[in-house]
Amino acid sequence: MSYKKTINVALIGNPNTGKTSLFNELTGLNQKVGNYPGVTVDKKEGHSKLQSNLKAIITDLPGTYSINPTSLDETIVLKTLLNSKSEKTPDVIVVVADVENLKRNLLLFSQIKDLEIPTILAINMADQMKRKGITIDLKLLKKELSNEVVLLSVRKDPDQGIKEVKKAIIKTYNSAKAFPLCNVNNRIDPAYFDRLKEINPKYSIYELWLMITQNSFPDKISEDEKKALLTFKNDSKNLKKYQHKETIYRYQKINEILKKTYLADRSKATDLRAKLDKVFTHKIFGYILFFTVLLLIFQSIFDWASLPMDLIDTVFANLSSYVNKTMPAGVLNNLISEGIIPGIGGIIIFIPQIAILFLFISLLEETGYMSRVVFLMDKIMRRFGMSGKSVIPLISGTACAIPAVMATRNISGWKERLITILVTPFTTCSARLPVYAIIIALIIPDKKIFGIFNLQGLTLLSLYILGFITAIIAAIILHKTLKIKNTSFFVVEMPDYKLPSLKNVFFDVIEKTKAFVFGAGKIILSISIVLWFLASNGPQAYTDVEKNIIEKTVSQEITEVKLNQMIASAKLENSYIGIMGKSIEPLIKPLGYDWKIGIALISSFAAREVFVGTLATIYSVESDDDDITTIKQRMASEVNPETNTKRFNFPVGMSLLVFYAFAMQCMATLAIVKRETKSWKWPLIQFVGMGVLAYICSFVVFQTLS
Amino acid sequence: MTTIASLHIGELAYISEESLNEIPLKLLEMGCLPGAEVELIQLAPLNDPLYICVNGSHLAIRKETASKIQIIKAQ
Repeated sequence: MSYKKTINVALIGNPNTGKTSLFNELTGLNQKVGNYPGVTVDKKEGHSKLQSNLKAIITDLPGTYSINPTSLDETIVLKTLLNSKSEKTPDVIVVVADVENLKRNLLLFSQIKDLEIPTILAINMADQMKRKGITIDLKLLKKELSNEVVLLSVRKDPDQGIKEVKKAIIKTYNSAKAFPLCNVNNRIDPAYFDRLKEINPKYSIYELWLMITQNSFPDKISEDEKKALLTFKNDSKNLKKYQHKETIYRYQKINEILKKTYLADRSKATDLRAKLDKVFTHKIFGYILFFTVLLLIFQSIFDWASLPMDLIDTVFANLSSYVNKTMPAGVLNNLISEGIIPGIGGIIIFIPQIAILFLFISLLEETGYMSRVVFLMDKIMRRFGMSGKSVIPLISGTACAIPAVMATRNISGWKERLITILVTPFTTCSARLPVYAIIIALIIPDKKIFGIFNLQGLTLLSLYILGFITAIIAAIILHKTLKIKNTSFFVVEMPDYKLPSLKNVFFDVIEKTKAFVFGAGKIILSISIVLWFLASNGPQAYTDVEKNIIEKTVSQEITEVKLNQMIASAKLENSYIGIMGKSIEPLIKPLGYDWKIGIALISSFAAREVFVGTLATIYSVESDDDDITTIKQRMASEVNPETNTKRFNFPVGMSLLVFYAFAMQCMATLAIVKRETKSWKWPLIQFVGMGVLAYICSFVVFQTLS
Repeated sequence: MTTIASLHIGELAYISEESLNEIPLKLLEMGCLPGAEVELIQLAPLNDPLYICVNGSHLAIRKETASKIQIIKAQ
């Protein structure tokens, strides 16, 4: 008999156990990031073939030390497990443990066992046993836990490990046996738990207990049952005490089992960790090292990204003109060659920078170094209302704020997390660079000072520093004004140093780059199409432009190129977007901008980098969007008719730089902030606050300089 | 009161029974149990946070938490 069947398998484990490595080995390229129903956190899923007639959907749950959550990431684990009686939930759970910290890993295992879901214990990093002086009696351990146990080393010997895990999954699935490991109820208050069980015997006692302590209920539970459960909350003032007792009892049980089955001879352990920690967490060298690492990262981003970026630029420019020439002329041609292709190009061009930065961040996390940075930076960041863990989002923000905001999920304090989310967009993201580059080229002379420092480079560096300092100041203000009590507390595991797994780094970079492409990409692309429409359509005056100009210039001697440029630029002036630009001119005049810059400002509220492209269209430059020299020359020769001086003079340029440094001009980030904070309140505050700051600062800069 | 916060770098101690209710559940779950051995490995500037090894787990905790957990120093 041959039939095909698919089962759900979930991977659970403490952070740093190699859970993700196992997931990557099991699923390979068959993985994707989806959404948990009802929750807005990404879910990593993949397919794996267990045997010819049995397939598994593998879910990689966020790393956690226990079922009792203290951060958003960990809440997912609880929610997935509590819904275990519905059909989309795990048939088999694989608890991934690290051989060196087996005792602590078994706590999570014991909690999951008590939910009475079929479970496998996969003890990873078995190749380290000899070096750490560890021996395990596997046979006895299986018996003591009455559970399937697999020893594996995903890094060293993935094929063997995967084979064993698959075998264990099939075996456990077929027997479908699940018993609790620790009958915690009998040890704490049997009468209390007996009454609890009566509410609905379909659920295990531990499940019902979790519903009470975590205030989290499965979707299928009835209102009456929920009410009955809530009375238990009032019934016992000792909820917290019971939880403490539960944990201590679990450890007693685990210690009993490990005493018989697990032996660690600490004298054989090497002290590489201690030696490295002496340097990496040193009160002085630790910081010097960290800032050197940061400097090297930024240096490499600029060095390595420029070549692929130029390449992408050329490819899309050529593609655009190729389509324009080969397709029959008309609206569709214009839409594709002037709206869609430049729109997609505008997204792809950022991938090199973003991918390179995430490559470094991922490497630092994989080696275990990032935890040391969190340790070093925590006290400093706390002064600003953030946590040591906020360092990672703030660094990621220099690539793109979208994955950066998502990286705040492991910050357990809500206030610390919220402040990090709100200030991250101040850091200089890659979308600001094209704007900075062209304005700096216009207003700052390409000169060296003191013989080595390039003035333009220094200006760019100051803008980066300005971004960081503003983020810090904003954080301090939020810290002082937000009346939110920080309830959770801070604990970070300092994992052992290890060589990064290139496979994990690869998948991590892909995942984060995808978050940018699909998060920001969708919005940037749709806005480019809307912009194209607004710029190429308009009321009656727009349609008459061509006729009027030809009539007006019929007596003059001008070239056809010049005529076409005049028509294009007059068309834009009379298009919908031109009208919008003119209507905001009074508002932006005090900042030194005219209606043309106004158009660029409006369009870059979708995404900052659109600024350059829009100005190129406005000034009707007959070349591709990012050919800086031509746009630059055109911008440099633009004259302010009122004063008869250059439009992009020093005060206007500085005012623009400040505006782009501060204003919240990224719809995609606002959408992500809404998703992560579950309300429009915070993105709105962010948008208005940053906008007002940008306006005031640009006003002051322009008025003082001119 | 002798707490984790009063340890010197490299010093060993045991978590005392008395502070059981002061230990946050999460820390308890990570192995910081009464009777467990604790060693201070490193201090960040201003002595906060603390990098400790407790029951085999290497953790960084804030001074605020550390100063609530009582210990008995090893002889």
